Amino acid sequence: MTGAGASVLEVDELRVEIRLRRSTVRAVDGVSFSIAPGETVGLVGESGCGKSTIGLSLLGLLPAGGRLVAGSIRLSGRELTGLPEEELQEVRGDRIGIVFQDPLTSLNPTMTIGDQVGEPLRIHRGASARAARSRAAELLELVGLPGPSRQLDRYPHELSGGMRQRVSLATALACAPALLVADEPTTALDVTTQDQILELLAQLKSELGMAVLLITHDMGVVAGQADRVLVMYAGQLVEAGSTDHVFSHTRHRYTQALLESIPRLTTSRTEALHSIPGQPPDLARPFGGCRFAPRCAFATGECLTAPPPFSGAAGHVFTCIHPVEDGA
Amino acid sequence: MTDAPPMVELRDVVKEFPITSRVLQRRLAAVHAVSGVSLSVPAGSTFGLVGESGCGKTTIGKMIVGLERPTRGSIHFDGRDVWTLSRSERRRLRRDRQLVFQDPYASLDPRMRVGSIVREPLVINRMGSREQQRATVLRLLEEVGLPADAAARYPHEFSGGQRQRIGLARALALSPRLIVADEPVSALDVSIRSQVLNLMRDLQRRHALTYLVISHDLTVVRYLSDLLGVMYLGKLVEVGETETVYARAAHPYTAALVATIPIPDPAHERAKPRRTIRGEPPSATDPPPGCRFHTRCPRAGEICRSVEPPLRAFGPQHLAACHFPLQEPA
Repeated sequence: MTGAGASVLEVDELRVEIRLRRSTVRAVDGVSFSIAPGETVGLVGESGCGKSTIGLSLLGLLPAGGRLVAGSIRLSGRELTGLPEEELQEVRGDRIGIVFQDPLTSLNPTMTIGDQVGEPLRIHRGASARAARSRAAELLELVGLPGPSRQLDRYPHELSGGMRQRVSLATALACAPALLVADEPTTALDVTTQDQILELLAQLKSELGMAVLLITHDMGVVAGQADRVLVMYAGQLVEAGSTDHVFSHTRHRYTQALLESIPRLTTSRTEALHSIPGQPPDLARPFGGCRFAPRCAFATGECLTAPPPFSGAAGHVFTCIHPVEDGA
Repeated sequence: MTDAPPMVELRDVVKEFPITSRVLQRRLAAVHAVSGVSLSVPAGSTFGLVGESGCGKTTIGKMIVGLERPTRGSIHFDGRDVWTLSRSERRRLRRDRQLVFQDPYASLDPRMRVGSIVREPLVINRMGSREQQRATVLRLLEEVGLPADAAARYPHEFSGGQRQRIGLARALALSPRLIVADEPVSALDVSIRSQVLNLMRDLQRRHALTYLVISHDLTVVRYLSDLLGVMYLGKLVEVGETETVYARAAHPYTAALVATIPIPDPAHERAKPRRTIRGEPPSATDPPPGCRFHTRCPRAGEICRSVEPPLRAFGPQHLAACHFPLQEPA
């Protein structure tokens, strides 16, 4: 999936392994995608599919035991893999901003809001304390924190979850990054707060023209936010394309099963919900064929023999040899 | 089903948690977790309770199973006022009301084998011989779809969905009549979530269970529930048959909750109005006067700031507390 023109981000054949005590997990196994300027790409999948590992590897923040084994990550044309830590640090927080699920753990509890939001400016732009503070107030206003200058001297624990997520966003945006990585940014929030943060994210994206990688398990959030969607299963992309097309002309059996297992407002209470039997596979074991085959109602012997290649047209690809019929 | 006699009834229940100062040895303030809630759960039905963090829904669940005592008001189980009963009678009633927790990772003792976890309620209540208890455990494990060898294994060997099955098997051990499920599938992945929801429905039919399902997720609650109650900051703001509340929400808060659920449909998501309600819920230590929702309500008028709206009927079994409702009162 390489978009036309200059991409902000190009990820090519990325492989990440995580060494555990007794085994090595291939958390990300040959993933390629790109993000164009001003584009929001949704990366969806269930726990353990590798979506967060991709986000962390973009920032060089893999956990202990995690290793980027192969592949390339280019940000605005510059190769990030193999960069020494000091150079990576220059990229992080300056060219790439990140927002995590839980703002209470990602914000520093001992630093005031003003110091946190201003910190990237002092580190990356050499801003003076005074300049950083006044820019911090502007950023807090941008993310819709009420009475921004009053908030500068407060601490994270004094704010609500939604307000803290606004502060994380302000920090991530401080240096006007080319790419924002948002990993489950609204999962810890209540629905009405989630609605407000998603609205803010969409508005900031169009105002600042940055690219966004939105990592989430929530197909509903992707539907409303992403221009394109990447569906992951067991360390690999299984379907990718424009959000409209993937939702309206779903091809991969996993994507289909995932969408069908979500109760809709129209699902009758007398019918049983669709569900996917079994569980995702152990990523420490080798795979012969399609990773979803053991749980797939449409799998045949053929699915187990070789990994299915990408098929489909540019703009919507999938790895399934018994895909959903393309209705239109 | 919804005209069956109530299995559980709450009458004007209030629960306050005092905030005390150790140093000054006195009460400083109180968290008004539940402020005068009346509701009734018909036998054999599922009552869904929704609302955002801190609205008091979990406290109501705890009071219904007897883990918390109401500060004021009464709780009736199968027609009996629970807190006027003797200790031993209350203890016996506890068996009839079981709780299933949200987090299957935190609610099972990691050092106990699954067989002992499921058997423990039988041991504590001295029900049956060892042999009978073992047989019950195997029957329960089979019923919730776990292999028989699960009994000899530890919780960490199971996935989230399987752990929630263990939690359900344990809750069923004493043959309860009511199960309170607090966010039963919130910690689970979508594909696993539907397996557990289907199981809960099957168990209800097989055991004629009454459910109180507590969740912030309206799609889950709607799928399971006959009746739906919407809470905001310690108050029940709307209640009625699930379909009615969804289709004809009278309270602006209910309507906003229904409207903000992200739906996996790009066209629908792009077309929907955003930010129908502003800000975040105020603190439960100092709830706003009048209607508690007025600080965030798009329809609030002068009266909402001072006069608390009573619950009014909008149809059979459909009540809502709003001065400027979205529907005509009945």
